[in-house]
Amino acid sequence: MTLEAEAGRGRPGQTLPRSYLGAGHSVRSWLLTTDHKRIALLYLGTITVFFLIGGSAATLMRLELVTPPGELVSADTYNRLFTLHGVIMVWFFLVPAVPATLGNFVLPLAIGARDVAFPRLNLLSWYLTIAGGVLVLASLLLGGVDTGWTFYTPYSSLYSNSYVTLAAMGVFVNGFGSIATGINFLVTIHTQRTRGLTWMRLPLFVWSLYAVSIVMVLATPALAVALLMVVVERLFDLGLFDPARGGDPILFQHIFWFYSHPAVYIMILPGFGVISEVLTCFARRRIFGYEAMVFAMLAIAIFGFFVWGHHMFVSGQSYYANLIFSFLSFAIAVPSAIKVFNWSGTLYGGHITFEASMLYALGFIGLFTLGGLTGLFVASVPIDVHVTDTYFIVAHFHYIMVGGMVTAFFAGLHFWWPKITGRLYSESFARLAALLMFVGFNFTFFPQFILGWMGMPRRYWSYPDDFQVLNVASSLGAVILAAAYLLPPVYLGLSLWRGKPAGDNPWDATGLEWTTSSPPPRENFAVLPVVDTEPYAYHADRVEPHRRGDASHRAVSQSSDPGDDA
Amino acid sequence: MIAPPDAASVSADSFDLMFLVMVVFSGFIVLLVATLVIVFSIRFRSGSRANRHEVRRLVSREVEIAWTAATAFGAMFFFWFASAHFLRHAAAPVDAMEVHVEAKQWMWKATHESGARELGSLHVPLGRATILYMNSQDVIHSFFVPAFRLKQDVVPGMTTTMWFTPTRTGSFHLFCAEYCGTGHSTMLGEIVVMDEAAFAAWLEARPGSGSLVDAGRVLFTEAGCASCHDPASAVHAPDLRGIYGRPVPLADGRIVTADAAYLQDSILQPDRDVVAGFDPIMPNFSGLLDEDEVAGLVAWLRTLERDDG
Amino acid sequence: MTRGLHEPFATLPRQREAATFGIWIFLATEMIFFGGLFLGYAVYRHEYPAGFAAAGARTDIVIGTANTMLLLTSSATMAAAVWSGRAGLRGNTLLALVLTALLGTGFLVLKAVEYRNDIDEGLVPGSPAFPLSEPGAELFFGYYWAMTGLHTVHLVIGVGALGLTAWRLWRGRLAWRGTGFLHVLGLYWHFVDVIWIFLFPLLYLMGR
Ligand code: HEA
Ligand code: HEA
Ligand code: HEC
Ligand code: CUA
Ligand SMILES: [Cu+2]
Repeated sequence: MTLEAEAGRGRPGQTLPRSYLGAGHSVRSWLLTTDHKRIALLYLGTITVFFLIGGSAATLMRLELVTPPGELVSADTYNRLFTLHGVIMVWFFLVPAVPATLGNFVLPLAIGARDVAFPRLNLLSWYLTIAGGVLVLASLLLGGVDTGWTFYTPYSSLYSNSYVTLAAMGVFVNGFGSIATGINFLVTIHTQRTRGLTWMRLPLFVWSLYAVSIVMVLATPALAVALLMVVVERLFDLGLFDPARGGDPILFQHIFWFYSHPAVYIMILPGFGVISEVLTCFARRRIFGYEAMVFAMLAIAIFGFFVWGHHMFVSGQSYYANLIFSFLSFAIAVPSAIKVFNWSGTLYGGHITFEASMLYALGFIGLFTLGGLTGLFVASVPIDVHVTDTYFIVAHFHYIMVGGMVTAFFAGLHFWWPKITGRLYSESFARLAALLMFVGFNFTFFPQFILGWMGMPRRYWSYPDDFQVLNVASSLGAVILAAAYLLPPVYLGLSLWRGKPAGDNPWDATGLEWTTSSPPPRENFAVLPVVDTEPYAYHADRVEPHRRGDASHRAVSQSSDPGDDA
Repeated sequence: MIAPPDAASVSADSFDLMFLVMVVFSGFIVLLVATLVIVFSIRFRSGSRANRHEVRRLVSREVEIAWTAATAFGAMFFFWFASAHFLRHAAAPVDAMEVHVEAKQWMWKATHESGARELGSLHVPLGRATILYMNSQDVIHSFFVPAFRLKQDVVPGMTTTMWFTPTRTGSFHLFCAEYCGTGHSTMLGEIVVMDEAAFAAWLEARPGSGSLVDAGRVLFTEAGCASCHDPASAVHAPDLRGIYGRPVPLADGRIVTADAAYLQDSILQPDRDVVAGFDPIMPNFSGLLDEDEVAGLVAWLRTLERDDG
Repeated sequence: MTRGLHEPFATLPRQREAATFGIWIFLATEMIFFGGLFLGYAVYRHEYPAGFAAAGARTDIVIGTANTMLLLTSSATMAAAVWSGRAGLRGNTLLALVLTALLGTGFLVLKAVEYRNDIDEGLVPGSPAFPLSEPGAELFFGYYWAMTGLHTVHLVIGVGALGLTAWRLWRGRLAWRGTGFLHVLGLYWHFVDVIWIFLFPLLYLMGR
């Protein structure tokens, strides 16, 4: 293990703490670890595998859609592909991507704690994710599921002849992993902050994890019960959603979207946090309007619970319900706008450099804005009536989820990679990948807006000829995108072998995680830090060009206080 | 072939205008954000000579309030703009021509007032408001006509409606837009808009065009409705004369208007809305009557005049 | 090192606080979990008042009431266990825990009998022998099985946890002093009782 050979470095004159990577090499020491940093790496491995599976399904779909008649795979296979793609990408990749992976690694470090509040529960979360994943993959191997990731009844409960029960159980089990992570983060943020780290001094990434945990904890049980009802209905035939017996299939949609709309904010809020960290660091500015940023995230988390009906404008819901849900969906644009404009404002007067993380962050702003604005198109009832269940929707959510959140994930991964592994990756490769992703992404998904507007329905295995040109363009883009996604594993992997040692603070960032060694020791800090300034105190550092690795301005002092009564 | 979708209904034209306004407005915002990001990035790149004074707290507060207010205003404006359009097109005109549509895995069936039926296509006259009453026999489907910019889910156990006024003759795509299983992407159809005369001729030429109302009249006795609903019947069941358009008080306290959707539901889901003062003894006819027969009964019920004698 | 203190906590009170906070959040998620079923129940009850009334009259009020008493008593013994734990009375705690577990088991036994009777009477949705013809009656029993089933699962977990705790306490393997462990267990147990307090009127009393 080349990684550990140098992992024990530390500041001169200090007893060298052992890196968390060096604390045990056996498989057991990984699979039974309660160290949040190792659990984060377990998650990283897991979501990477799931991303590749989900991405391969997407690539197959895009290939199938090159020609109007379905030629590559059968209709049934295609239906299984997009279901699997949606289920895996949403629940086994994007939901855990930032919170359970980067969040798990960074959160305790960022608040000056030795671990999360319930380390064993944290490990349990991972096992639940794995157990859920195994169930979903088992359903895939047996023959797949064909309900779409939305599991609409009565198709899922009465008509589908695929492995719905198994897949729904998988998502159900995984949901408890999410809930456990949410509880863990909430309690950690409440009880584990170090001395002097008051609420209004928390980094925005921590705030974003706080907001997202609230949503996870309050929304996921609704998903659990909706899926449980589908499972019970399939197994015991209770008639809960069977119209012939008086059941109401629309009830399922209400419960499902009561979870799944907040869930889309589970899939974006942590991204907001990451972007705030990266942008301030490379612009060397304090965040513009810190309080507003905090309240905007909390507002989004809370408002998010009241707009679920905008997924059901054409389901036969009453006009009044449609208008109310439409109104609330527009209202949620306001806190989102605060985020976007405050990020732009943060750039003002900075000393901006364009490392790969920063490129991702800038790309995020643009793509999120576009995705969010098309969210407003579909929040207007009459426009949605035309574009709902067409490729316009597909483009809308890929713009936010892939253009936004996956980009944010990469921004964060590149930002914290030196802290996680103690190594620097190749900047030029990383920048190339970032640009390629941006181009490939737009190439793939922009045509889909037009397709949707022209009327191409989603979940179509074959389509009329009029739509071919744009589909081919989209499929070409998907190939570029796939190639771009293959780059990071290569150069990040290489950095483990050949990367330069990163030092404690390669970006010269504020934030407590940068005050400990890279990679951090098992117990995170030799001595728990004490905080006495606001976050993002970059303006204190007016030297130009700033000196990388110089810790003189750091907003922390060391103290031997156990920091128990923060 | 990247062409805008055909616009062939009244609502399509106003939709296109609204969509255009949204695109321009969003384009403006994207441009604004992009400009801010790019200009700041270049101007304040590390090593540039730009003047970097600290923004005073008060000023930054004002800027923040300004753009929050601007967004809130923009959002409310669009909400109003879109909702006004929606409400303008919400209610169907009373004299709309009616068609009953039945969806099932994986085909569309339509029954006209005259009793004419078609499979996988729907013929409608130009310039005349047409309203569809839609049911599904199995799972949820969605009736989607891009050229009309309209879509409505078709849900089992429930009658949904959709209306439009065609403005162009021609033939247009009909898609099923709600995922419904293996054949979802082949659940296609064709909407044929014809001018009034051609439509009348087409209708005339349909075989088996006994009118819906006549079929309904016969069925009302044959299916046993009359045995309960005849005013002379011993069974305590509501008198159906003049039922159409009348407000009906229900057992659970709600009052609903007896429109066509309500009548259809009363036959297929009698337990759902039980009339106040009656026992829920009416048998459920779903499965016993096919959709044309139900359409016929509804048509017949609507012709029943109130007997004030 | 204080007994029962876990990483990453530095003091027991802080750890206790975290555990209590954690279980409260967990119970909030449970509320929403059951809430989905309560919502479905409410919707259909509104839609089929007659069917729900008729079906509600077929549940076994005797066993239902007996079970309610058992659970209410068990809440009291659970409270006694927590209280004795706080006072440091090991013997009393042990006794109260065992009593609680026994009362819970009693509930489960009665519930099993009731389920058997229900099945014998054909009170299972979709069963050919289903005795009621009112619309919505089957849906009522759909919810009856789903809600009581889920509650039973929770109770089984609770009884298991009680048994395990009692055993560890007896063998001296539990750090129960000041860790808040008993308190957390108590909150869970009370929650399961409270759910039943809602289920009882909805499923047993409503139709009478
Ligand atoms: C991370 C995921 C994510 C996020 C953050 C969002 C954010 C939003 N979404 Fe999206 N959405 C999805 C994922 C997401 N969505 C998914 C997966 C689906 C489809 C599910 C399925 O059917 O399979 C969906 C579907 C969906 C629908 C249903 C469409 C349909 O099926 O018919 C609607 C309707 O209202 C909607 C609206 C919105 C709105 C208003 C926002 C808002 O939060 C956006 C707010 C952001 C901005 C507005 C941009 C920034 C603001 C400015 C730059 C200021 C300028 C603005 C003004 C002046 C107003 N979304
Ligand atoms: C949450 C995250 C997420 C992510 C990251 C993605 C990523 C992608 N999605 Fe996904 N998508 C969804 C969520 C997501 N999607 C959801 C929820 C649905 C709705 C499902 C439903 O209707 O039920 C959907 C539906 C959906 C559709 C519509 C299907 C339909 O309605 O018929 C399409 C079509 O183009 C598509 C394409 C893509 C592409 C090209 C990517 C790319 O970004 C993926 C790129 C990644 C890779 C390609 C993997 C890495 C590369 C390799 C492993 C290279 C080697 C492999 C090969 C070359 C084969 N997606
Ligand atoms: C066994 C007796 C019985 C038969 C047969 C029967 N009905 Fe009914 N019907 C009732 C009763 C009782 C009610 C009032 C309670 C309710 O709404 O369910 C009713 C209500 C209705 C209503 C709603 C009336 C209102 O005032 O709102 C309509 C419409 C209707 N029936 C049509 C039909 C048709 C059409 C048929 C035949 C296909 C039919 N019924 C057969 C007993 C019957
Ligand atoms: Cu019918 Cu899709
Ligand atoms: Cu939503």
